[in-house]
Amino acid sequence: MTDILLIMFAMTLLYMSIANRLLTYIRILVFQGFLLFGVTFLELSHINVTNLVLILLETVVFKALAVPLFLNRVIKHNGITRVAEPFLPNFVSLIIITLIIVITIVLSNSIKDINLDKTFFVVALSTLFTGLYIISTRRKIITHVMGYLVIENGVFILSLAVGNEMPMLVNLGIMLDIFASVLILGVFFNKIGDVLNDPDVNQLRNLKD
Amino acid sequence: MISLFLPGAILISVLLYFNKSKIVNYTLVVFYALFLLTFAVYQSFHLNSIELGYFKSDGLGILLLLTLSAATIPALFHGYRYIATHDESKKSRGLFFAAMTMLITAIGAAYLSNHIAVTWIFVEITTLCASVLIYHHRTTAALEGVWKYVFICAISITFVFIGILFLSLSLKQAGVEDLSFDALEKNYAQLNPFWLKFAFLFIFTGFTAKLGLVPMYTAGIDAKDKAPAPAGALFSSVLMNLGFVGIYRFYAIVARTEILPWANTIILIAAFLSIFVATVYMTRIKNIKRMFAYSSIEHMGLVMLGLAAGGIGVYAAILHIVLHSFVKPSLFFQFNQVYRVYQSKSIYDVGNYFKYNKAGAIALLLGFISCTAMPPSGLFVSEFMIFQSLFESHHLIILFVVLLLLTMIIWGFGSNIFKLLFTPPISIDETKIPKISAWESASQYILLAIAVYLAYNPPAQFVHLTKDAVNLLPQ
Repeated sequence: MTDILLIMFAMTLLYMSIANRLLTYIRILVFQGFLLFGVTFLELSHINVTNLVLILLETVVFKALAVPLFLNRVIKHNGITRVAEPFLPNFVSLIIITLIIVITIVLSNSIKDINLDKTFFVVALSTLFTGLYIISTRRKIITHVMGYLVIENGVFILSLAVGNEMPMLVNLGIMLDIFASVLILGVFFNKIGDVLNDPDVNQLRNLKD
Repeated sequence: MISLFLPGAILISVLLYFNKSKIVNYTLVVFYALFLLTFAVYQSFHLNSIELGYFKSDGLGILLLLTLSAATIPALFHGYRYIATHDESKKSRGLFFAAMTMLITAIGAAYLSNHIAVTWIFVEITTLCASVLIYHHRTTAALEGVWKYVFICAISITFVFIGILFLSLSLKQAGVEDLSFDALEKNYAQLNPFWLKFAFLFIFTGFTAKLGLVPMYTAGIDAKDKAPAPAGALFSSVLMNLGFVGIYRFYAIVARTEILPWANTIILIAAFLSIFVATVYMTRIKNIKRMFAYSSIEHMGLVMLGLAAGGIGVYAAILHIVLHSFVKPSLFFQFNQVYRVYQSKSIYDVGNYFKYNKAGAIALLLGFISCTAMPPSGLFVSEFMIFQSLFESHHLIILFVVLLLLTMIIWGFGSNIFKLLFTPPISIDETKIPKISAWESASQYILLAIAVYLAYNPPAQFVHLTKDAVNLLPQ
């Protein structure tokens, strides 16, 4: 069952590569939040109940509800146009993300370690690289933020792989989520929206040598 | 005493934020500086004691903590001068000092942390405080600087976290669940080398954002440029040391395993590329503050070269990082007064500084000599030892190229500084130039003198602490 959820997670990455509208990205993030909820629920059976409830709440309340709602509000508030504006055509993106997934599968098959859960490893690593890819090929600042959120989801999956032995690491991962998202989104994106009318990366290119 | 220091410092910082009275505000700042100094001295008398389970005051931590408190006092003083000359509102003054004290506290706590996750948490807090300081002026350029800084630091901090996850994978077969540096050091033989490589790669890359090495150095440059100079001084000295502490403590574990030669290669490549990048920018840069920031990149590259070369290089690296924390802030503090004279950071608008502020000009000249490691600068001693270690470890090509690059850096740095000091500016309205008291340069002289003193006539206690820090590595 965990495997099915994780494979679905990998499929959302492919969908993300061809998504055209910002709203679709947000919906994918919501869906990923629920998938992570399921994985956490099934996987972390050995840790104490309070901690588990905390982690589950984080996935549902924070990842699947609060952050997407906030992103939505930011888009409406700042009047950001609805298209994601990638630098590359969607077809190329699809091929590249497929390649990322294939390469991580090949890579993980070359690792001989019995302690490693390969599905977790493959999905986590490909999510990580997809996030980096999205950051580097989209034009808007808000899509950079979404790419960062995808990276965070990947890190969260990786932390679940070791979660039963070291629940502390999962908690730290949650801290990272909340800290970075609140810092990047909350304090900050509001300011960018107020100062720059069209939040486009190209307006943030004055500091250079 | 850290159980007293952390809540106390946080309390001071909160009070600074909410308090609106000028006198109370500055009293709190003075009290904080004394508090930090007391804390550092107290800890230095309790070497290698473990507190709260997560903090250990070992040689490296104490050495850098003492350096931090020595750099903090002038930083807060120049912060006061900065606020006084900028007509700040009560609110922004409170926020500035609250962020400064919080940043210094987080750096100090991270130095002493003996647990990789605790170090990580405090590094996160420094990002938060630094972003408040960078965005102090609320301009579009400051916004751009803080956005880049926050974004790159968030990605680097994620990288460090991924590294910690890989480290825990590498620990799995050892059956250890404790991620403190002491426990890792004890169980180094059971670490899985494959995962350890991954862990090192990610942790190293993550910490380069704070240390200022290739690949993550970019954000730090904008941060030092846009933040007020007293904050920039802290960013390019004690905050960089924090990145060094993170890498060094983990390197101390890696150094006991079989992957040491591989790790050394990674560090060598990153260090060499950093010096190269610094040279490229230093020779053509026109913004004085960014030039100082690139000079820090060069010094951190040298430090990491010393670390990777091993032998006497490790001692030299730690000496270099301490001395650099005295030299670089003095340049930033002096820059604050340069800006008050010319109202510009560009090299095209400045000149003839000797005419407008003699004491400051001499401080700048001495700072330049110190920073480029010409004798009698303190950095000369440590750089010489780093080159010696490169020679002894047979990295002759790297040594040769680095010497060549350093010569180019001296040329680039020197041509800008001499333009600032001696060449008359093209157009300047001399009636608008404020009179700057020579006393404001006093702290720069003291800092530069300390760097010379520590290098040529180090007190026994200082040598002892440095050796203690070196002994973290297997001998």
